[in-house]
Amino acid sequence: MAARGTVVIDRDRCKGCELCVTACPQHVLHLDDAYNARGYRPVRLDEDENFCTGCGVCAVVCPDVVFTVYRMPKAARMRAA
Amino acid sequence: MTVTQVSTTQAKSMPSLPRLEEMQVVYKKPESLTDAHTHYCPGCTHGIIHRLIAEVIDELGVRERTIGVAPVGCAVFAYEYFNVDGCEAAHGRAPAMATGLKRVMPNHIIFTYQGDGDLASIGGNEILHAAGRGENLTVIFVNNAVYGMTGGQMAPTTPPGMVTTSSPFGRDIQSQGYPMHITEMLAIMPGVAYAARRSMHSVAEIRKTKKAIRLAFEAQLKNLGLGIVEILSSCPTNWHLGPVESLDFIRDRMIPIFPLGELKVHEALKQSK
Repeated sequence: MAARGTVVIDRDRCKGCELCVTACPQHVLHLDDAYNARGYRPVRLDEDENFCTGCGVCAVVCPDVVFTVYRMPKAARMRAA
Repeated sequence: MTVTQVSTTQAKSMPSLPRLEEMQVVYKKPESLTDAHTHYCPGCTHGIIHRLIAEVIDELGVRERTIGVAPVGCAVFAYEYFNVDGCEAAHGRAPAMATGLKRVMPNHIIFTYQGDGDLASIGGNEILHAAGRGENLTVIFVNNAVYGMTGGQMAPTTPPGMVTTSSPFGRDIQSQGYPMHITEMLAIMPGVAYAARRSMHSVAEIRKTKKAIRLAFEAQLKNLGLGIVEILSSCPTNWHLGPVESLDFIRDRMIPIFPLGELKVHEALKQSK
């Protein structure tokens, strides 16, 4: 399945609480191995088997407003498919 | 934003993916939040509640005439995080301060953001009398069952049997009494236009919480009386649980004692739902 959206992650806002990791229906969010400026392991988008759909569930559960969620417009989604 | 990251795997496997500028932004940080990093512990749902309030203020378009009243407790720096005017009240006195602000500036939107140690314990008097007078205020009541900032002591809302630093053998109802149901108490008062209890334990409930916060603000915009939303929130640090396990604790231990739902909806608000 093709990616229908993506998220931009503000690494330095993230506290690595993992609420988004468990909430993501596509299981594309994981914690990074590297630390951010505040000493937390921030979340990372990993699209190996599944792809982000831009559903925005991660942004709903995030306590630190880490995510900006983008979704492909319908026409572009048709082109990519 | 400082350091951002876009998926590199996606760019490799999907050459036809449109660039970020061509995509629709479906979610971004609300304008009513500042860029400040919050001091809350990782996984604390205070941050989610802040964001929901900011989204509602943005949607109603009242940011320029909103004043937030911060409590004493974990949310003591709330005025740093909301991009609206704010002030800090003495412990529990946020409804009293908000009453003064609203009466002097009736065209402003005044909301208080209070925890359970602040509102249910030391501020019980102020909130009951603000509701009794039918003040046009919006009260966001964050119930996480403990005094968070001072180290997790027992609060009036602690469930029976819960271990806290001041009830080390679990809250004993024989000596320490029952948890208090503030929102139910307020719901029977005629000065209250909207009273609801919502939770932070699931995506669906977070969405319902936002609707409840919006109705509580609309009650004030329509001069109907006090609007209160009690929100069951998590405290991973003082509950000694992980952020995800804390959400399970809300679902399994708190919701049976504090049932969710709308306890009172003014007739004039039902049309706008």
